[in-house]
Amino acid sequence: MWAFVLFVAVTVVTYIIFYAIPADPARLACGQRATAECIKRAAHYLGTDRPLYVQYGKFFGRLMPFSLRGTPHLKEPSLGRSFTNRLSVNYVVGHAAPVTASLVFGGAVFWMLIALPIGILSALRPRSLLDRLAMVGVLIGISAHPVWIGLLFAYFFGFKLGAFPITGYCDLISPSGSCGGPVQWAYHLFLPWCTFAILFAALYVRMIRANVMEALNEDYVRTARAKGAPEWLVMRSHVLRNALLPIVTMLGMDIGLALGGAIFTESVYGLPGLGKTVITAIGGFDLPVTQGVVVFATICIITFNLLVDMLYAVIDPRIRLS
Amino acid sequence: MALLEVNDLKTHFRTDDGVVRAVDGVSFTVDKGQTLGIVGESGSGKSVTCLTIMGLNPRRSAMTTGQALWKGEDLLTANPRRLREIRGSEIAMIFQDPMTSLNPVHKIGDQLAEAMRLHEDVSKKRARARALELLKAVGIPRPERRLDDYPHQFSGGMRQRVMIAMALINNPDLLIADEPTTALDVTTQAQILTLIEKLQEEFGSAVIMITHDLGVVAEIADDVVVMYAAEVAEKGGVEQIFKKPHHPYTWGLMGSLPRLDIDVERLVQIQGQPPSLLRPPSGCRFHPRCPYVMPVCKEIDPPLTAVSGDLGHLQACHLDEETKNREAAKLLAGMMAEAS
Repeated sequence: MWAFVLFVAVTVVTYIIFYAIPADPARLACGQRATAECIKRAAHYLGTDRPLYVQYGKFFGRLMPFSLRGTPHLKEPSLGRSFTNRLSVNYVVGHAAPVTASLVFGGAVFWMLIALPIGILSALRPRSLLDRLAMVGVLIGISAHPVWIGLLFAYFFGFKLGAFPITGYCDLISPSGSCGGPVQWAYHLFLPWCTFAILFAALYVRMIRANVMEALNEDYVRTARAKGAPEWLVMRSHVLRNALLPIVTMLGMDIGLALGGAIFTESVYGLPGLGKTVITAIGGFDLPVTQGVVVFATICIITFNLLVDMLYAVIDPRIRLS
Repeated sequence: MALLEVNDLKTHFRTDDGVVRAVDGVSFTVDKGQTLGIVGESGSGKSVTCLTIMGLNPRRSAMTTGQALWKGEDLLTANPRRLREIRGSEIAMIFQDPMTSLNPVHKIGDQLAEAMRLHEDVSKKRARARALELLKAVGIPRPERRLDDYPHQFSGGMRQRVMIAMALINNPDLLIADEPTTALDVTTQAQILTLIEKLQEEFGSAVIMITHDLGVVAEIADDVVVMYAAEVAEKGGVEQIFKKPHHPYTWGLMGSLPRLDIDVERLVQIQGQPPSLLRPPSGCRFHPRCPYVMPVCKEIDPPLTAVSGDLGHLQACHLDEETKNREAAKLLAGMMAEAS
């Protein structure tokens, strides 16, 4: 229910922002030497000559999976058509989403692979050399902008060493044009994954470290030791089991958020994902495409939050029963 | 041979502010099936003493010297593997706060069974049966249903019962109870104490009862160690400590016992705060708070000496015997008079 309210609020705000921007998509559609006649026709064609609430109502009506026109019947929800190239927004988002998803899920695997061992080890040896190095790394990772990191990576690993492609994307399953398949897919995404993972890896190292250190001081960990449990079992069954609960929440929410588009990373590596799509769309005052990405992002965030809630009920007995 | 013999145990912690002498030369023995009460204020080193014996202090900051002979084997120098074997099977421990001492994400039955399976190669089924047996023994209603419950579904008193069950599951020779009733309400406190006493008889374990409550000690202990500021102030049999207390600190503790049977205008309290163990006072550590303080107390730390030649009753105070006998008699007479 609240998800629905949130959804409406987000889309309305997007409409209002677009309305507030002093730009006319119809004028843009007619080119530089636009005649008043052309603009009027284009505006009518795009629907921008109608009041804002009518535009929003039409958008909302298209999005619903049923229609009340004539006899009520089911239909495919539609996000409308792009102002600039008349492509179906469903199609645009549908093509960009897998790219972003590849980047985000792969990146999530990367950052967990980095953050878990470092976070746990530095919690076990606070103030050790490893811990101090990790903390410096965290600070750099949080402070450094992904565009800067991306450019550095692209320059050194892509341009200087030639180890990885600098730009481009290859489809995971169906080879479209030049390249495709899992190997090419991973090969092209390696640098983006690293770039994208660094910020999150830094945040997660810090959080995992804090959580593990806190859990190590819990009374039940002392109880486990007093039972005679060996250290690895204490770690696995008592410390990590509790320390990683909040990490699951964070991971789910961060993935949901990032699925809406990893704008910086996608821009640097020229990945045709949602982030790049939305940047282009905003540049061209293409309301339907922007709105489409916003809708998709909202759905992702809501879905993943819901998933996290449900997952949490499975892994944390205290939530399950209360 | 004593079951546990602690000799001149010292545990110091390195901290950012300096070395904290949490335990500074403590000795005592526990015999088979006996109950030792360790009494003292918060921060007097009672708990650290026992955590040291169990080897549960943080390894990085704790420095330990002395001996803790368990059936003749020094626990302080034993290797971690051997220590793990002893922990939980021969020496078990229950803690102060049952609300946080159980792991919230594991079922009660699993946590109990884990304690058993760590030490004995038994099937899950057998361990579960034993867990059920123990839950019954500690008086948990409908135990077969509660095996699959999680800690948050238990009240504080019930959780402490579970902790006791977990400690006793391997029939330990020694049970260390670190203020097991402090976090519980009064009626539950009495139940838990009675339970520990009853189970001690049943299982034949020795018990070290750490408490700040002399009433608890009077109830269940055979021997008493009174600790003050990381040192032993007085120790002896429970009779000796209660009938012939010889240390002003013990008097203070007895004077501050609340009594239900009489109207006291106000509780006698020990003046001042327990000293910092970072920079303990010179001489006798109790001297800044002692109403009987003499010049010598500020200079020389009194050694533990036998009371009237009785090696079973030791005390560390410079006061002469005569004064002490007089003061102790006065205190007891006062308590008796109030009682009657």
